Amino acid sequence: MKTGSATWQRLLPFLSLAALFIFLSVASPNFLTPTNLAAVIRQTATINVMALGMTLVIVSGGIDLSVGAILAFSGTMGAMAMASGLPVSVGIAVGLFCGLFWGLFNGVLTTSLKIPPFIVTLGTLGIARGVTLIISGGLPVVGLPREFESLAEGSLAGIPSVLFVLGVCAVLTHVVLHSTKLGRYTYAIGSNKEAAVYAGISVDRYTVAVYAISGMLTGLAGMIEASRLMTGQPTAGLGYELQVIAAVVIGGGSLTGGEGSVIGTLIGAFIMGLLSNGSDLLGVNPYLQQALIGAIIILAVAVDEARKRRFRQ
Amino acid sequence: MLLDLQGIEKHFGGITALENGDLQVEAGEIHALVGENGAGKSTLMKIVAGMLRRDGGAMRWQGRPVDFSRPAEAHQAGISMVHQESLLAPHLSVAENIFLGCEATKGPLLEQRRMEADARQLINEHDFPLDPSSSVYELSPAQKQLVEICRALHSASRLLIFDEPTSSLSDAEAAEVFHIAQDLKERGMGIIYITHRLSELRAIADRITILRDGRTVHSGPIAVLSTDQMVHHMVGREISSIYERERLTPGAERLRVDLPGICFSLCAGEIVGIAGLMGAGRTELCQTIFGITPAAHGSIVVDGSRVSINSPQDAVRAGIALITEDRQQTGLTLSMPIRANVTLAHLDGVTRNGFVSRAEEHAVAERFGDRLSIRAASVEQPAGSLSGGNQQKVVIAKWLFRDAKVLLFDEPTRGIDVAAKAEVFGLMDQLARDGAAILMVSSELPELLQIADRILVMRGGAVVTELPRSTTQQEIMRHAAVDA
Repeated sequence: MKTGSATWQRLLPFLSLAALFIFLSVASPNFLTPTNLAAVIRQTATINVMALGMTLVIVSGGIDLSVGAILAFSGTMGAMAMASGLPVSVGIAVGLFCGLFWGLFNGVLTTSLKIPPFIVTLGTLGIARGVTLIISGGLPVVGLPREFESLAEGSLAGIPSVLFVLGVCAVLTHVVLHSTKLGRYTYAIGSNKEAAVYAGISVDRYTVAVYAISGMLTGLAGMIEASRLMTGQPTAGLGYELQVIAAVVIGGGSLTGGEGSVIGTLIGAFIMGLLSNGSDLLGVNPYLQQALIGAIIILAVAVDEARKRRFRQ
Repeated sequence: MLLDLQGIEKHFGGITALENGDLQVEAGEIHALVGENGAGKSTLMKIVAGMLRRDGGAMRWQGRPVDFSRPAEAHQAGISMVHQESLLAPHLSVAENIFLGCEATKGPLLEQRRMEADARQLINEHDFPLDPSSSVYELSPAQKQLVEICRALHSASRLLIFDEPTSSLSDAEAAEVFHIAQDLKERGMGIIYITHRLSELRAIADRITILRDGRTVHSGPIAVLSTDQMVHHMVGREISSIYERERLTPGAERLRVDLPGICFSLCAGEIVGIAGLMGAGRTELCQTIFGITPAAHGSIVVDGSRVSINSPQDAVRAGIALITEDRQQTGLTLSMPIRANVTLAHLDGVTRNGFVSRAEEHAVAERFGDRLSIRAASVEQPAGSLSGGNQQKVVIAKWLFRDAKVLLFDEPTRGIDVAAKAEVFGLMDQLARDGAAILMVSSELPELLQIADRILVMRGGAVVTELPRSTTQQEIMRHAAVDA
């Protein structure tokens, strides 16, 4: 009986997503249309890709507040590369590399200087955003090659191509988290860092790797965002860190580390995506949307905590 | 009579911490309370100070029966305990710490000036070298101890309990604490003084009460008791035969440790015990060999070649394992399954082409589960759901899978029942037979005497002597507790 209700609660994010989906299908005739669903996928792709990296970070017991700024930096640099005449593939590589750079920066600083990641990434948020604005002069980068648009807006067999990108990233992250040493150590470090140290694991090295992967995924998200807007926006991604962290937490990630999953995170991100899309369709005040998402974050964590308390007893 | 305790009992779950605690303290005396680690001293004092409630027995305070349910009630009666420095708030000032929890207020506002003035008066009264406005984190350990004393004096005036007041202090600082205790006694207060350092007691205490296994075994004037008698009372229990180990002929040298004040070697097939009181540096020695706190000087030689150990990774690579004192905090990841805990130190052993093979992991965990008879429904069960003894076996399995050849066991039997202890000893013996070298830190002297081939005694961060297996508990305690 007890375990039964615990299982229900574990399934809650998925059930909420399904319920939300059914509700919107009934409530709005414009919801369950290929155009709208494709739009939802495109809108949530950026947050989704970033949330995959954030899942690793949060499972390891860390936090990354700098993802919004890294997204802007990567998108702007990639766009500048393309605007200067380099091919699209090089532009995307530049974006990924920029993300990787900031991820390494976060990881190395937090492990070598022993500064909590909350502080390091808060600092990086400022630095990356500031540097982006300086380099771009605060102006959007325009004149991107037409074919770059297909990354975010293209379709394959009627399915948005960005869904394939997300799918590949999600599968890779899932495999890393569940079937590699890195993934196992990520859980171990997040669950009990001291025990990981005493097991002879080089905790610092793996922590850096986690932030690096998160940075690189954020770099990719930056390129998707740039492709969607067809500009490199130095002001892109403002406040995204909150949505990304919310997606992981709604999906069962624990800010004290050791818990979280790729599937949960995807569900969390789609719940937020549907909420925002549904509110638009139903004409809900956009300000109310924000308040709603905030309330849902608190609710999701409260339910999860209740489940864990019961489990402990 | 200030305080009169008769037949105090206290149980924690199934464990009996106190069975028959008696203690009588007069006003104007310093009363020493001694006993081995785990004898029940701290539990008894926590009951007196209102931090724990007794399960049985009688407690009288100035002739009246009392039952304190909170420290505040004990304070009100005039009883206070001097804790170790860790209970101070480092970012607050000396005065703020003294008044913490009982601040002087005027309406909603704090009366900062008055508290500071009162603190200054208290400090001056005792001539303490303290400034009420300085921050606690700037203070030396001895000064922090003085702040604790001020705090106790401020809230209590009749009975003061010192819990190991000198364990973190230098000799000069310890002398200062003695002086303060003497001064308070002369003002008519009762003092209970807990310490492991027997030699310092004689200088200051009037009477002594000795606890052993939760019972008061002796109480009387300290002057007529010799140190040998004290030690005898502390350890006089019968050795209960929980495990008989046949000694092996030691093989080749596996570990040679040469650190300042610590020099010993460990051979294949050998179990060497480390005895010492709390704070003697036993756990620190293990942590140094394992690279948690690398040694600045000295050398560590494993299997004939010198290794430089700067991190646990280096130690693990050299074949050294540490089975820590605190399984829950440092030995296991409680939320992860047994399977993942067993493979954690050697994930390469179940990784194929970069992927961790669940099937192989499962097989490994089951194999070790059988070999060590870990009692669990399945190896997928979280390690945290196991009993203490089975948790310990999971920790050992982790290092067996890593194929460690030098194993450091820090208090391997802490918190596990007698049957599981015998199993753990059986495993240690089997490991020794298979050629491992084992170092075993234990506060349980009877266990050391049964298991170890020889015993190193530590005191003050150094190995002070090596005793053969034929030694006695009295002999070990003499070296561990008495300054040469």
